This record gives sequence, structure tokens and C-alpha cells, in this order.
Amino acid sequence: MVWLNAVLQGTLVGGLYALFATGLSLAFGVMRFVNLSHGDLAVASAYIAMSLSATLDWNPLVILVIVLPGALVVGYLLQRLLFDRIVGVDPSFQIVATFGLGVVIENLLYEKYTADTQGLDVGSLKLSGFKINDKISIGWLPLITLGCAVLVLSGLALFMRRTRLGRAFRATSDDADAARLMGIDIRTVWGVAMAFAVATAALAGVLYGTRSSFDPFGGPVRLIYGFEAVIIGGLGSLWGTLIGGVILGVAQAIGRQIDPQYGELAGHFVFLAILVFRPTGLFGKGQLR
Amino acid sequence: MSEFRSGFRVVRGSPASRVCLVVLLALIAVLTSVPSWAEAATQRRMVELFTLLSLAQMWNLLAGFAGLVSVGQQAFVGLGAYGMVALVNVHGQNLYWSVPISAFIAAVLSIPIALVAFRLRGSYFAIGTWVIAEVASLIIVQQTSLGAGSGVSLKVAGFDLETRQHATYWLALVAGVGALLIAYLILRSKLGLQMQAIRDDEAGARGLGANVYRTRLIVWVIASFWTAFTGAVYYLSNLRVQPKDSFSVANWTAPIVIIVVIGGIGTLEGPVIGALVYYILREYFKDYHTWYTVGSGVVAVAAALYLQPGIWGTIRRALKVDLFPVRRRLVRQADTHVENGG
Amino acid sequence: MTDAILSVESLDVVYGDFQALFGVSLHVEAGETVSIIGANGAGKSTLLNAITGLATVKAGTVSYKGASLAALAPHKRVAAGIAMVPEGRRIFQSLTVEENIVVGGHTARSGPWNIDAVMAAFPLLERLRRRRTDGLSGGERQTLAIGRALMANPDLILLDEVSLGLAPIVVKQVYDAIPTVKSNGTTVLLVEQDVKRALDVADRFYCLLEGRISFSGRPGEVSQERITDAYFGLPGSHSSGGR
Repeated sequence: MVWLNAVLQGTLVGGLYALFATGLSLAFGVMRFVNLSHGDLAVASAYIAMSLSATLDWNPLVILVIVLPGALVVGYLLQRLLFDRIVGVDPSFQIVATFGLGVVIENLLYEKYTADTQGLDVGSLKLSGFKINDKISIGWLPLITLGCAVLVLSGLALFMRRTRLGRAFRATSDDADAARLMGIDIRTVWGVAMAFAVATAALAGVLYGTRSSFDPFGGPVRLIYGFEAVIIGGLGSLWGTLIGGVILGVAQAIGRQIDPQYGELAGHFVFLAILVFRPTGLFGKGQLR
Repeated sequence: MSEFRSGFRVVRGSPASRVCLVVLLALIAVLTSVPSWAEAATQRRMVELFTLLSLAQMWNLLAGFAGLVSVGQQAFVGLGAYGMVALVNVHGQNLYWSVPISAFIAAVLSIPIALVAFRLRGSYFAIGTWVIAEVASLIIVQQTSLGAGSGVSLKVAGFDLETRQHATYWLALVAGVGALLIAYLILRSKLGLQMQAIRDDEAGARGLGANVYRTRLIVWVIASFWTAFTGAVYYLSNLRVQPKDSFSVANWTAPIVIIVVIGGIGTLEGPVIGALVYYILREYFKDYHTWYTVGSGVVAVAAALYLQPGIWGTIRRALKVDLFPVRRRLVRQADTHVENGG
Repeated sequence: MTDAILSVESLDVVYGDFQALFGVSLHVEAGETVSIIGANGAGKSTLLNAITGLATVKAGTVSYKGASLAALAPHKRVAAGIAMVPEGRRIFQSLTVEENIVVGGHTARSGPWNIDAVMAAFPLLERLRRRRTDGLSGGERQTLAIGRALMANPDLILLDEVSLGLAPIVVKQVYDAIPTVKSNGTTVLLVEQDVKRALDVADRFYCLLEGRISFSGRPGEVSQERITDAYFGLPGSHSSGGR
């Protein structure tokens, strides 16, 4: 029963990991671009939500109404002003530039907020939930998070299948030059893709902040969890990302159940095992490039 | 019948490089004498500088020449440090011999690490190395014999302070100069040519018979060895070894990435210049450490976006000079005709 | 010359250290079909890429409807009425056949071509409508690529080596579609290694040799030997016969 609870909680956390992963997956799918500061952007969003929440005295979840559109704009501008220059060039420069950006964000956050850990206060929502029996209960926040992940992924899938811009995304991701020959402005496509990516990072960051404490240097770990979810699920598959996140969450939960210290390691081991035995991931369609 | 010899020679050195060699040897002589006239604080600073120099050179070897951009090298710094701690504190081995032995152990470990990490490419390889560093750190944190999360102090009883300071300094000098020498020798060798061919055009190099996997693996192991060696030497000076310090990205990877990108990735001179500039400025802005990190990070990002050759790359392009002769140039001489009898 | 829908003057195109085109000049009148023939590596695809904007021009101009294209990004040229059927077809693998056709109409330029018109003109595409693209044969892909390009309702359509990799009977079927392509007065500029096919459909032709125009003329007015000489760069072949 205790194990069932572990699996359940792990599944709920998996939704959060899938949210972190979605942005990574999207940017890589459309432009073969990996933003190493993805996790830092998520953490920065949590901090901004915290400050805004304090100033306006609104619940952090309501603050999302401001943070999400802001993240869309930031993502678009980041792409057009900075990242456009390094799409398609030697990945070394992508790695270095986005890594550097992450270092800058982390230290700016540290300068402004110090190293003290923080949290987002959502009031009674944090601890409330419903019990299934006396060993298993489901918190509202984790459930909302998983729900958000499913919503975002469904929304993206619909967008890709049914809209003109979504079709342009898929065409650009297949062959950018051929897409230009169709009259598609790939700079706009890239800008919107990064806007979505940063927005999902912001959503994930705020949701994460409501249930765990965060500090300026917590970005890389979020990046790693997102990345592991993508690899476990397999590149090129949006739903694979959700499954990957869930598997990671469950692995960590089970590991923690065995011994509180083993949680993170268990997740990493599952990731490494997939990498060794099934590098394309469980539902992967692409190569690991 | 006369034999025609076309007038080209393959040449590596140049007047600039010969001058540089002389200056370098003189500099090494001076640096070796430092313990006899400089105070302890200066020696410690130089140890830090040599550490950065060595780590930057090794990262540059991997990223700039072998096409392996890792953000997980802190794994080997930590492994080198903790290997030394394990050998000295737990198994009572000699303090100084444990440095190369620990580096050797780390190099051996780097092989299975590569077998896993090499399944990824580009940016995903980079994050993969980060994961592996995290795993190494998490495993070490669980070892109570090595001090677990709060860390441990290196047992140095039996060596007096001054001997230790001198020995550590010289080992650090070896680390710094050795890194440059290793990189130089590799690049001049056949391995170096293969490596760069693979970096420039993998499919083409494969077609010419280069064994891509093996070449990358060899460079990876060498770089891991020296990174671990350098890490151990640093903690010989620092004495206190903690997981979140020795496996820290902020302490190790961030500075060396910034150093190499600003100095000039893919050149030997770049990491040297970058390390000097970075270190001197960091000491100058000691009181504003966070802002310095932000500033140097911004410069590094700008370099990656707008000045990809870095400081040295730009100088090299403008002056067409190489201080460390690793590139082969084709030089025109007069065509000759040799008369053969008969 | 002043009514030319496309005018290329002294075009130089360079890839890194390698120069692909040297002072190429040509023009195409509205409604014409012009072929460019030449051996592999002569620079034919580069020329089309310069027109669509995918290759950067080092010197010279490309003018469309009287105005230079220099400032116009590739996707804007499509909106202006230039469409290309690229070399190797470049079908989008993650889109279905129908979606490939629809994405061709991304610019929503007005004109007679829409998805129903394309399906009517190319019944085989109607049959393949919902299919994924992996199982398609070369001929089916080529037809798809043409239908896709028509969706942009171009005034000038560029065909890059449409016969490449296709069996002769399939090539015939593809070329049988050319009249359909031209049906609304669309100007056609096509590039081909298959000289016979290229000259059969052309009003005029140019021959490219190692990045330079070696010959131009009208198919009926020039002897086979002259053309062969120009194609292979044999002595005495450089000239301009006819207009």
C-alpha cells in the first residue's frame, strides 16, 4: 500500500517534470536548439511570481496571469535578439551561450534575493487534498500540476495538428529551407517556439515553487530532470515526454521509499539505464542529436 | 631526364613561435623559483591560477578540438579530490603519490562514463555529462568514510607547513605547464590531426579511415586524467574537501567555460590568455564577486554570439601569428629541377 | 527585355571559398518556358537558389517584375509569386500528403490553385490524400512536390531537376504535367540534366557550363551537335544562337 502511494505521488510529480521537459522538447524539435538556461528561467519565474505576489498581495497561482504572458514575450525576444544567431551553428556555441546565460541569471537572482531558500505561498491549497484511504491521499496542487501538464501537451498537440502556424512549425522542424520555400517565415516560427518554451518553463517554475522551496542555483537540477524526462520518453514524441516525466517521478519516489537518500539517484539510474539499453527512449522517433 | 620538385615545404615554427618558446622557458624558470622568494599568500594565488589554467586547457582540448563540449568536468575535479582523500585518509597512502594515483583511478572511471555519455551528441551530450557529475556527487555524499555531505579535511600530518606549501606549488606548476604541454603534444601528433578532422567534418574523416569513437575516447581519458590530477592538487592546497564545493559547476565549469570562450576556443593560446585575464580581474574585483561573475558571464555570452574566435582567435586572424606551432603551413620555395644522369 | 518577368544580370554566387556562378545573365519573359541545361555541378541549382534567395549573391542582380530581389527574404519572394519545386523534392516527412499540399498554400496568395484544384489536376494525389509520406514512390513524391508548389499560385515557377532519380516512364508522366502547370499563364523556368526532355518543353534554353552561360537559343533553331558541344564545353561552342 505504501508502495502504491509512492507510485501515485511519483506519477503526480512526473507531471511537473513533463512540464519542464516540454519546453526543451519543443525548442529542440523545431530548431535543434537546447537552452541550458531553461531551468534557470523557470526558477527566475518563481522568484518573479514571489515578488509580484508580495507587491500585489495576490495568490501566486493568480499571478500566472501576468507571468505567463510575460514569459511569452521574454521567450520571443530572447530568440529574436540572442538565440537566432546561434541556431544551426556549431552546437558548442549554443551550449556555451545558453550556459553563460544561465550563470548570469543565477547570479543576478543571488544578488537580488540572496541564497536563502524561498517558497510560494498559496495558502491553504498547499496542504489540501483528498484521502483515498488512510495510507493514500492526493494533494490538490500535485493534481493541478499533472492536469496542467496534460493540458499543455494536449494543447500543443492540437496546435501542431490543426493550425496553420502549427503546420508551419512541423514543416520547419522537418526542413527549414524547404519551409522557407513555402513562404514560411522561419524566424517567426522560431520566435514563437521559444516563446512557448519559456512560457512552459515559467509555468513549471511557478508550480514547482508552490510545493518545494527554491534557491537561485536550483535551475540546473530542473534542467536535468526535464532533460532526463525527454530522453526516457524519447525524442520527437510529445506524449513520450509525459510518460518520461512520470517514469522519472515514480523511479524517484520508489527510490525514496527504499531509503530517503536514494530518491534522486534512483531517478538518475533509470535515466542512465535507458541511455545504455534503449538510447532512442521508449517512444523515440529521432536520433540523439 | 630531370626530376621536378615542386617548391613547397611543410613548416610549423615561425619567428614568433621561436621567440615564444624562449620566453616560455625563461618564465618557467622564474616560476619554479617562486617559493624561495614569494610569500605563502602569493603562492596560494598562483596555485589557483595554475589550476584554472590547467582545467581551461583540458576543457578546450575536449571542446575546441575534439568536439566534445562537456559541462560535467567538475566530476573529475571532485573524483580527483576524493580519490586523494580516500587514498590518504582512509588507506593511509603517501600524500604526494596519491595525486597521480587518484588521477589514474579517475581516468579509469572515465572510460565507463564515456561509454554512456558518448551515446549522446552536442547539447544533449553536454547535459549528460552534467547528470553524470551529479550522480558522482550524490554517490560521494553517501560515503560516510569520506565525510558525507559536510566534507572532510585532508590528513597532512607528517609534513611541515613550508614543505607542503612548496610541494603543492610545484605540483600546481606542473599541472599548469603540463596541461599546455599535453595539449601541444597531442595537437602536433597524428591523434591531433585526426581529432581536428573529425571535429571539422565527421563523415569525411570517417571516410578517410579515422576511428571517430576511439580518437574521442583517447582524448577524453587523457583530459579526465589531467583534470583529476589538477583537482587533487588544488585540494592539496585547500585541504578541506566538500562535495558541494569540489563537484560544483559554479566553482569549476562556469569559470573555465567563460575563460576559454573569451580567450579563444580552439586555440592553445586562448585558455592561457583567458585564464590570466579572468584571474587577475577577479582578484581586482574581489569584493564584488557576484557582479564579477555576472559581468564575465555576459562577456562570455557576447563572445559566443558575436566574437566566436575569442581574444586570441581575433589576434591570430589579424596578425596571422601562432605562438604555439601546432598548425602545419605550406610554404612556397623555388621549384627545383634536379638533373639525373642518363 | 523590358517585359521580362525575371532578369538575371552578371550574377556571381560564392559558397565560402568556392565560386559557383560567374557573371551569369539571362532573362525570362512572362508566360515562357525556359530550360537551363548543363552537366552535374555546372551551377544550375545554385542559380535557382539565388533566385529563391536560399543562396547569397556576391555580385550582380536578380530582378523580378522589374524590381531587384536583393532586399527580399526567401519567404517574401514566395508571397511575391515565385515558387520552387526543389531538387530532391524535399517533402515534409512528418506531414501527410494532404498537409504537404496545404502547407504549400501557406502564403494564401489568390489564384486558381487550391487543394481541390490540385487534387482534380493530379488524381493520384487524391488517392494518396491521407497517407504518410514514407511509403511514396519517387514519381508520387515528385507529383506531390509540384502540386505543393502550385498551391502558392505562383507567377513564376522554378523546377529543379524534376527527372532526377526517376525511371524514364515516370519522368514522362511528370513532364506530361507541365502543360497543367503552365495552364494559367504561369512562367516556367526549369533546370534539367535530361537534355531531350528539357528542350522538348522549352520555348528557349540556356546552357550552363562550370558556372557560366555557354550557349543560349531556341530548340528548333540549333543543331544537336552545337548543343552537345556547349553542354560539354568543347571548343568553338561558346556563342549565343538566336535570342
